[in-house]
Amino acid sequence: MALSDEARARLVPQAAEIIGRYPKTRSALLPLLHLVQSEEGYISNDGIEFCAQQLGLSEADVTGVVSFYTMYKRKPTGEYHVGVCTTALCAVMGGDAILADLGEHLGVGVDETTSDGKVSFEHVECNAACDYAPVVMVNWEFFDNMTPAKTRDLVDSLRSGENVTPTRGAPVLCTWRQASKILAGFPDDQATAGSTAGGPTLAGLRVAKQQGWTPDGGTPSTAGEQR
Amino acid sequence: MTTILTPELSARWDEADSFTLAGYRRAGGYTALPKALAMQPDQVIQTLKDSALRGRGGAGFPTGVKWGFIPQGDGKPHYLVVNADESEPGACKDMPTLLNNPQALIEGIVIASYAIRADRAFIYLRGEVLHVMRRVEHAVHEAREAGYLGDNILGTGFGLDVVVHAGAGAYICGEETALLDSLEGFRGQPRLKPPFPAVAGLYACPTVVNNVESIATVPYILNYGAAQFAAMGTEKSKGFGLFSLSGHLTTPGQYEAPLGTTLRELLELAGGIRAGHRLKFWTPGGSSTPLFTEEHLDVPLDYESVAAAGSMLGTRSIQLFDETTCVVRVVLRWIQFYEHESCGKCTPCREGSYWVVQLLHQLENGQGSEADLDKLLDICSNITGRAFCALGDSIQAPVASSIKYFRDEYLEHQRQGGCPFDPAASTLFALESAR
Repeated sequence: MALSDEARARLVPQAAEIIGRYPKTRSALLPLLHLVQSEEGYISNDGIEFCAQQLGLSEADVTGVVSFYTMYKRKPTGEYHVGVCTTALCAVMGGDAILADLGEHLGVGVDETTSDGKVSFEHVECNAACDYAPVVMVNWEFFDNMTPAKTRDLVDSLRSGENVTPTRGAPVLCTWRQASKILAGFPDDQATAGSTAGGPTLAGLRVAKQQGWTPDGGTPSTAGEQR
Repeated sequence: MTTILTPELSARWDEADSFTLAGYRRAGGYTALPKALAMQPDQVIQTLKDSALRGRGGAGFPTGVKWGFIPQGDGKPHYLVVNADESEPGACKDMPTLLNNPQALIEGIVIASYAIRADRAFIYLRGEVLHVMRRVEHAVHEAREAGYLGDNILGTGFGLDVVVHAGAGAYICGEETALLDSLEGFRGQPRLKPPFPAVAGLYACPTVVNNVESIATVPYILNYGAAQFAAMGTEKSKGFGLFSLSGHLTTPGQYEAPLGTTLRELLELAGGIRAGHRLKFWTPGGSSTPLFTEEHLDVPLDYESVAAAGSMLGTRSIQLFDETTCVVRVVLRWIQFYEHESCGKCTPCREGSYWVVQLLHQLENGQGSEADLDKLLDICSNITGRAFCALGDSIQAPVASSIKYFRDEYLEHQRQGGCPFDPAASTLFALESAR
């Protein structure tokens, strides 16, 4: 895929905004790569050339960075990219079964996309949600306590265009490209939406409230007072 | 009854607007900041030293001491970098903190930056958590609008800006010097130390790199005083922290408690191991820390006691596995993780992790021998201390400890010519898969 002149013209000021956040320009490379990924859905050779040009780097230098990080894709993903956690604890709790079942259900291999372009999948390493194991990510939103059946239903809904709501995240799942744009530091308006404190997040707090336990042995309302 | 849990960072996570500035202020948020800004920066550092807060990112280095290492009057810019690259298997405390209480982090960032005389701070957030990115960006935006960030904070003349920087998928970027290389736009590979970041960190300038939880705890210390914080915990491991319980227990989740709390106490509050099963092994501080078993239930979870019992407190990431779980399989999967995440810079880690995975594969499939166990231990001892950073050292922890406690289980695989466990029995949905 080629980056059109129109796209380049649109990306240049956004790239300048990213570069402006940092004391040194090269620091902008990771967000710039998220930005070009948001344009094309993956990091094309044109995308690499664009980033190199903005930062005065060689394309080889940029390519070396791209290949280091797993979130940068060198071929197109689906509109919804599914990551099944198969690091030890999630694997044991069901991640292995989910991954095997999902591949069979979709009929495509890891890192491949369904023929309708909707769904691709891969295994991911620990995504910092072990208390919700097994965890599945879609476009980097959390789907907690998953099973093979729930994951099948999830991708079926994604393929048929139904709205899908993450367990903890924005109420409406955004696309892979939109997610990449947010990661480049251009937020959408969903920050205040969605539920984010599921059962495990609140487990300790609930017990403490039942028992009346706080860090000062008193009430939290004294938090503002000088001791 | 004795207070076992001490929710502070997690105290308001059940409120719908806990992540907003309004929600945070309603509970006394941003009352620590004016106190800090009224002090001399060195006094703030001293307060942190007095609190004895130790870094909550795993290593446990005293936070105030770290701040005190920043040279002053050197004419160079200083930076604060928050390590929000939480990716250690088992670690899941910083993401809920950022989702539900990001303003505590922002207030802590302003106080810490004032103390070390930094005018620019960065939050390096792992990229694979979209809604966390939204929440942290939103928190920075709200704080800026309210004058808690910007050129002249609360009219004191102190200025600070915060940049949220998303990573792109690499566990190694949780290592502080790899994180700095990544933040500078390079492959995230660790740097040779010394020089330490306090002397030559981001852009070769003095830099403090602190974990999310460490910085988010700072407002509490300023508000309640170092003495109150230090009154909790044990002699050398002061204060409270989040204990993250995951795996085969009735109620997994976040339990904020003083350091020195035991797993037996926590597990009792969490409803114990899932019904009908018993604890087999657990990690006290994530997969990089040697395994514990049932016999360690009463070890106080502080740095010293856990070390004395042969492991490390790490990030208090407690993964629990019951008797349905094959320890060889779990260790294999952890080492596959390290193999996948090895940055490739140094030979012992890059090659060693590869060979350990090969051997563990054979052992899990019942195609190994008892001599392979010695070979495994030999390879591991040749990685540890010879790798460039702690990722390599982490490989030994699960391998050696599992052989120590479960040697016979490794051998049983060889006797049976395969894994004696049914993987379906250890899943969350054991009932569903039996259909």
